[in-house]
Amino acid sequence: MTKQIGIIGAGKLGVVLAQIALQAGYQVQIAGSGSAEKIALTMTVLAPGARIMTSTEVLANNEVIILALPLSKFNQLDAASLAGKLVLDAMNYWWEVDGKRAEFNDPRVGTSELVQNYFKDSNVVKAFNHMGYHDLLDESMVINPTNPMRKAIAVAGDNGQAVAQARQIVTDFGFDALVLDDLNAGLKLQPGVNTFGANLPYEDLQTAILNYDETPFGQEIAKLKLQ
Amino acid sequence: MEKILFGLDTFGDIPANENGELLSDAQALRQVVAEGVLADQLGVDIIALGEHHREDFAISSPEMVLAAMAMQTEKIKLSTGVTVLSSDDPVRVFQRFSTLDALSNGRAQVMLGRGSFTESFPLFGFNLNDYDVLFEEKLNLFSQLLTEKPVTWQGTTRAPLQNADVYPKTESGHLDTYVGVGGSPESIIRAARYGLPVMLAIIGGSPERFKPYMRLYEKATEQFQTPVHPVGMHSHGVIAPTDEEARELAWRSIRVSMDRIGRDRGWAPMTRERFENEIENGSYYVGSPTTVAKKIARTIKNLGVKRFDLVYSAGNQTVAEREQTIELYAKEVIPQVRAILAEAAND
Ligand SMILES: NC(=O)c1ccc[n+]([C@@H]2O[C@H](COP(=O)([O-])OP(=O)(O)OC[C@H]3O[C@@H](n4cnc5c(N)ncnc54)[C@H](OP(=O)(O)O)[C@@H]3O)[C@@H](O)[C@H]2O)c1
Repeated sequence: MTKQIGIIGAGKLGVVLAQIALQAGYQVQIAGSGSAEKIALTMTVLAPGARIMTSTEVLANNEVIILALPLSKFNQLDAASLAGKLVLDAMNYWWEVDGKRAEFNDPRVGTSELVQNYFKDSNVVKAFNHMGYHDLLDESMVINPTNPMRKAIAVAGDNGQAVAQARQIVTDFGFDALVLDDLNAGLKLQPGVNTFGANLPYEDLQTAILNYDETPFGQEIAKLKLQ
Repeated sequence: MEKILFGLDTFGDIPANENGELLSDAQALRQVVAEGVLADQLGVDIIALGEHHREDFAISSPEMVLAAMAMQTEKIKLSTGVTVLSSDDPVRVFQRFSTLDALSNGRAQVMLGRGSFTESFPLFGFNLNDYDVLFEEKLNLFSQLLTEKPVTWQGTTRAPLQNADVYPKTESGHLDTYVGVGGSPESIIRAARYGLPVMLAIIGGSPERFKPYMRLYEKATEQFQTPVHPVGMHSHGVIAPTDEEARELAWRSIRVSMDRIGRDRGWAPMTRERFENEIENGSYYVGSPTTVAKKIARTIKNLGVKRFDLVYSAGNQTVAEREQTIELYAKEVIPQVRAILAEAAND
């Protein structure tokens, strides 16, 4: 059976994930905030083969969805249409885009947990968030098979089966998957933590995650975890 | 073969003295003027100044600094990189640059962009929620002003214009205008839609990944039936007599500057491995003149760009270090790149 994935967001990250997914043999459906027409030129040149549609259609057609839109926009999507599906959350709090939002910077509750609360009948797994979009493209073994060093992407989720599926996708996309304990552990991958931006092989990423409390935001998280 | 243009770009980083103490903003600005004069004497084609509104950089009004340079230079093109149009007034931007064009005998160039920072929004009373519409509308107005004919315009981001004629006019009838683009495909398409040339800011990762963007630009010009202009790019670099010296200098300048900026956005500091990789395969042009020339030539060939600007002053380098990069770039790197490209063209 051909694998299929839907991507919401056709910006810097969405385009790169579409390119990688296509190269990995997936069928790809992708949407931006508006009509298919708006992103048609970009997608046909940069990721030929991806099917372009509206976000409503992408959500309806796919069992696996990657969220690659601004974090402040996820609640514009219809949660019901994602019920029972795997949602890979690649979004980060970026204050310049999202505005200053205290709840996106809470050391107790990760942003992916907010996403899970909203898509309450879906399985949310945090994935593909910590590496910059051009690193993702440069490092993916399916894009760049001669890459001398395979890099790792951390995944975090609460549902074992969903995490296993996410892990497979990360592997298909040409990375090692590093599985964290649960969705809350996704906090250790957020902006402000030493892993954010990490473009590292498995062991080094593991070390970075073990030392997540090296930064001030990491320390805040660690303090709460110890209580 | 079409002539390749070579430029030098600075954001007006604050130089340090030999003891590591930072110069004042005022001294930093005068130093940039001196560097422009030096670049002109050495025959560099373009100098481009960024507009920023943060502690790290002294230049917030690049065209003022360019006007000072205009008086002391002969040939060099006086450009920006970028002028943050979103938080500016297109009419004023046109006027300031057509004035610069007059003072410099037609050497002004403006590069319009959204900027990679957002400080100018609160400073000038703009809302970040309007990020997209501000740029789109203002670019639309600016492109009409470029006709240098009376403009009638209406939008949501500034007062309407009714048959407004804007002065001074340029002598050539055309103000040289670029659009600066980061990683957003949408921005490439927009520039093509307005028939304006594109300058790519390639600040990290392999430059080759921008190749599809070149194709996107061409396809977009086809679709809009606008002219295909040569594409330019800029990237960071440091040049010193040896690779070792250049790497050491880049580690305490480019890396430190990137880390400082990244911290505001929650990025982890750059690892040594990543830094080395940017030099070997990525977007830092760091090394001896020969090393840097080879790398620039490779990028120009692989991407097909017709203009390469080196961002030369990152971090808190000394005046001597900055001027060393300028001298080596002009005297050794540029001729070597031209030679490599000419040889490749003859094969
Ligand atoms: N850039 C990176 O390196 C990187 C890496 C990892 C994670 N991320 C995260 O990935 C997300 C996207 O980042 P980006 O850099 O790709 O941003 P971007 O280039 O600005 O792209 C954002 C995309 O999301 C779309 N979008 C906005 N609202 C939407 C909605 N309601 N429904 C569907 N699509 C919508 C936009 O469409 P329109 O243009 O039509 O508005 C655009 O295609 C962010 O959360 C970011 O933190 C980014």
